[in-house]
Amino acid sequence: MSKKRIVVVGNGMVGHNFINTLVTSDHASEFDIITFAEEDRLAYDRVQLSKYFSGSSADDLALTTEAEYQSQGVIYTLNDKVVEIDSHAKTITTASGRKEGYDKLVLATGSFPFVPPIPGKDQDHCLVYRTIEDLENIEASAKVSKTGVVVGGGLLGLEAANALKEAGLETHVVEFAPRLMAVQLDEGGGKLLRRKIEDLGVQVHVEKNTKEIVAGEECRYRMNFADGSFLETDMILFSAGIRPQDELARQFGLDIGERGGIVVNDYCQTSNDDIYAIGECALWDNKIYGLVAPGYQMAKVAFNHIVDSLITHQEPALAFQGADMSTKLKLLGVEVASIGDAHGHTAGSQSYVFNDDIAEVYKRLIVSADGKKLLGAVLVGDSEAYGTLLQLMLNDMDIPGNPASLILPASDGAEPVGLGVSALPETAQICSCYDVTKGDISKAVQGGCCTMPDIKGETKATSGCGGCTALVKQVMDAEMEALGMEVNTDICEHFSYTRRELADVIRVKGYSTFAEVLANEGNGGCGCEICKPAIGSILASFNNEYVLKDEHIGLQDTNDIFLGNMQKDGTYSVVPRVPGGEITPEGLIAIGEVAKEFDLYTKITGGQRIDLFGAQLHELPTIWEKLIDAGFETGHAYGKSLRTVKSCVGSTWCRYGVLDSVSMAIALENRYKGLRAPHKIKFAVSGCTRECAEAQSKDIGVIATETGWNLYVCGNGGMRPRHADLFATDLDDETLVKYIDRVLMFYVRTADRLQRTSVWMENMEGGLDYLKDVVINDSLDICEDLERGMTRVVGAYQCEWKTTVNNPERLKRFQHFINADEEDKNLFYVRERGQRRPATEAERIELVELASNPVAGGE
Amino acid sequence: MTNVCALTDIAPDTGVCALHEGEQVALFRIGNTEQVFAVSNYDPFGKANVMSRGLIGTKGDRYMVASPLYKQHYDLATGECFEDENIKLKTWTVQVKDGRVELV
Ligand code: SRM
Ligand SMILES: Cc1cc2nc3c(=O)[nH]c(=O)nc-3n(C[C@H](O)[C@H](O)[C@H](O)COP(=O)(O)OP(=O)(O)OC[C@H]3O[C@@H](n4cnc5c(N)ncnc54)[C@H](O)[C@@H]3O)c2cc1C
Ligand code: SF4
Ligand code: FES
Repeated sequence: MSKKRIVVVGNGMVGHNFINTLVTSDHASEFDIITFAEEDRLAYDRVQLSKYFSGSSADDLALTTEAEYQSQGVIYTLNDKVVEIDSHAKTITTASGRKEGYDKLVLATGSFPFVPPIPGKDQDHCLVYRTIEDLENIEASAKVSKTGVVVGGGLLGLEAANALKEAGLETHVVEFAPRLMAVQLDEGGGKLLRRKIEDLGVQVHVEKNTKEIVAGEECRYRMNFADGSFLETDMILFSAGIRPQDELARQFGLDIGERGGIVVNDYCQTSNDDIYAIGECALWDNKIYGLVAPGYQMAKVAFNHIVDSLITHQEPALAFQGADMSTKLKLLGVEVASIGDAHGHTAGSQSYVFNDDIAEVYKRLIVSADGKKLLGAVLVGDSEAYGTLLQLMLNDMDIPGNPASLILPASDGAEPVGLGVSALPETAQICSCYDVTKGDISKAVQGGCCTMPDIKGETKATSGCGGCTALVKQVMDAEMEALGMEVNTDICEHFSYTRRELADVIRVKGYSTFAEVLANEGNGGCGCEICKPAIGSILASFNNEYVLKDEHIGLQDTNDIFLGNMQKDGTYSVVPRVPGGEITPEGLIAIGEVAKEFDLYTKITGGQRIDLFGAQLHELPTIWEKLIDAGFETGHAYGKSLRTVKSCVGSTWCRYGVLDSVSMAIALENRYKGLRAPHKIKFAVSGCTRECAEAQSKDIGVIATETGWNLYVCGNGGMRPRHADLFATDLDDETLVKYIDRVLMFYVRTADRLQRTSVWMENMEGGLDYLKDVVINDSLDICEDLERGMTRVVGAYQCEWKTTVNNPERLKRFQHFINADEEDKNLFYVRERGQRRPATEAERIELVELASNPVAGGE
Repeated sequence: MTNVCALTDIAPDTGVCALHEGEQVALFRIGNTEQVFAVSNYDPFGKANVMSRGLIGTKGDRYMVASPLYKQHYDLATGECFEDENIKLKTWTVQVKDGRVELV
């Protein structure tokens, strides 16, 4: 039997998917497959196009290679457009004059960007965003532009805006509708999204109808809007929607929809039985699908239909039944998702809205009239629930419990409500980009995959838009649990212990180096950035040795290794300790002089001390030498250790103060400075109940009363504030210190890695009462031991900077290059309000150009 | 070839940065051994020359370094980023001869 000839017009994502389905099927040998591509390369991942601006090359984006096609026997021609179809003779002709016969013809011509008919739209720096060639043009234009405007605030437009921003342009988005992503989002969601986009540094203009593009005064172009306002820009990127590429079908007599698109039936056949259309050029049930997953589904349906009709002569088994258009935006730092009927168009539907202006989270659920089924959702600011909600809707499942609980934040300690992946049917599609079902993932786990990269490698799930990642992980974990595999609480692959267990083992067995712990308790390997600092910190909590000793240095996080906080450009900050916030005029002057000499950006911190930013490695030792000479010590701003003890002015000056809060704060800071812990620790001491030092927001808070000190514990500011609990009242100085010793040492021994005291308390069985029992009543009979531990740490205190500047061997590390006396040339600064700060991406580009081309500054 | 420094200039399990033919190279020494890896010092996510200041360790049987800024992991031998297959650090061949570290 002679082979059947299939010709595929267009080698985009869907055309390639069709070819790939064919060559990997059991029927591959029964076909000749020929494809024509208008672009000058084979198919690439358009979905990931924006990655081109963050460093991916055209090769990285490629979905296949010429070598692969050759080995699979795919006949391909690049850079040659199909221009003619003769459906009687069953041939096509290309622009270069090639003629090819077919048994079945597949049109996968995709779509093209719609450019609104605005006068002036055809100028050089008016571009679109669809192909790699477009990106090359954008890149070239960005090099000679300062400002860029994206016309269209939809999904693609925002992605394009982010790309322009990354290319260093001052970026604007101009939208015709009253809000961004008008198709997907409701008003509340659109408003919050706008705020988030503006936080990225992109300016948003809504309800703007561009009338014309003319020459600009400040920039290359000026866009005049219908409302009389205007905007100047050097480049314009149109992203105002797509139109199906149906030109061929239109010219050669196939049915076309009223507003474009090649009409197809449920088998993706056009009005001519031997011609199929798939992907973005196809119009099914009067709908164009602008996403890749439905296109892949069409490719599968069309291929099955071709096999059924040409080879097996069976009734068609697979039909296209429409597809879900739920989407998630793939922008770093901006979480936006829309599911199903986001606008609540379904008759009788009801909605639930959760809005948190502070945390910038907006969520809306659309449910059926009876409240049982989920119809749609809008998520902005927190899209973690996307996978769960999508599955509820796609599988038409009953909402578990109260619908509101699906979008409300989890209350303290409670598990967030999920649908429980076990409730999903095996056939539930988890990854729509690659059509991976729950069953596929379970099978992969049974086959030995037990990490996300394994699952990705085996099933391709998560490698498209990434929207399914959280859900895939849940399915994987559930399957592992079902198989009796342990879902890991180990600190990392190198130790089968939690941090608390490690702390116990180290204390009980008396280990003093990482090497010992690894050799006796580890699982092989060398450790990693999780277990090394954790064990380094445990060792320091118990022994308090110099952290840069040979056996400890490799365990320290960057900040500890150079005894400063690394800033975004790789320089460091310098924070001298200012116990209790009390500082002499001489001290202030000394800090000021150092800051001036090294041109360091100077700022009062939120912790009552002074931070000097922008010191380079080689400058650190000299800076510290000077500070130490002036009587300062390291402030441990870099360490998971005691930070500051804030104080109010207290009874010495304040007319209300009842005890000397400053002296107490200084005493406490000097006692616990240098104590390394699972996370940082902050204190405050207030001189009366007016609480000017905000002690109730600290890990340890002390408030003076007429009758002694009140001690508060386990408060937190930061990401999730928690008021401290009142632990004991009317304490004298000595008892106060004793209790603090015990609480802190107990925390050091039992908390998890990077767990603040607040979370430690919340997870403690028995809670505050239990802690009181341990610390005040000594119920575990360990108080003496805890105090001894603290005494040891206090006794072993040293200023790490002092030790370091006195140690020439250690100082060798403080230079940018080990083999050259030069500085990092990648540092660029501008001055603002009289001080220097790192240049932004855009300023940096300018500075580099100026430096490399000093004469060409004038233009 | 650049003769960079003495092996003992790199404390066990830490990194240093070297200037090699105009490029910034991060060198890491595994434990107290002669095994030294070299990758680019430029952090493609943080956009700063800091890789030599990251923590090193292993992931499975691959040696890796974690970026000190945002903690992405890179294979020390190949430069591949574990979190993003599209990103790769440049790598160099290192040899240790007579106690000196040399970049090729
Ligand atoms: C400098 C300072 C901001 C300022 O300009 O005022 C600051 C700066 C940083 N803070 Fe902070 N925090 C500063 C006061 C605070 C405060 C206010 C306070 O201490 O009274 C808080 C809330 C109080 C609290 O912690 O309970 C605060 C809550 C945080 C958090 C969130 C902690 C949490 O439990 O939620 C982080 C992130 C972390 O630690 O994981 C953080 C982390 C950071 C880091 C270390 C981020 C980083 O890794 O680069 C910043 C580096 C400082 C540097 O480079 O020197 N910073 N930070 C303040 C230094 C105080 C000091 O003198 O040491
Ligand atoms: C920046 C960007 C981000 C995106 N993000 C997402 C996302 O997150 N999720 C999602 O699902 N989708 C996304 N999409 C959409 C997705 O890329 C498309 O749905 C998908 O590429 C459609 O595939 P296709 O094969 O139908 O069309 P295309 O990929 O456009 O391929 C059509 C090909 O046919 C060629 N062609 C046209 N006419 C002819 C002819 N006569 N002869 C020869 N060749 C011809 C064209 O040159 C083109 O190469 C995104 C698109 C862009 C541009
Ligand atoms: S807390 Fe009390 S003593 Fe301290 S400053 Fe405020 S009012 Fe004065
Ligand atoms: S749904 Fe897009 S990658 Fe899985």
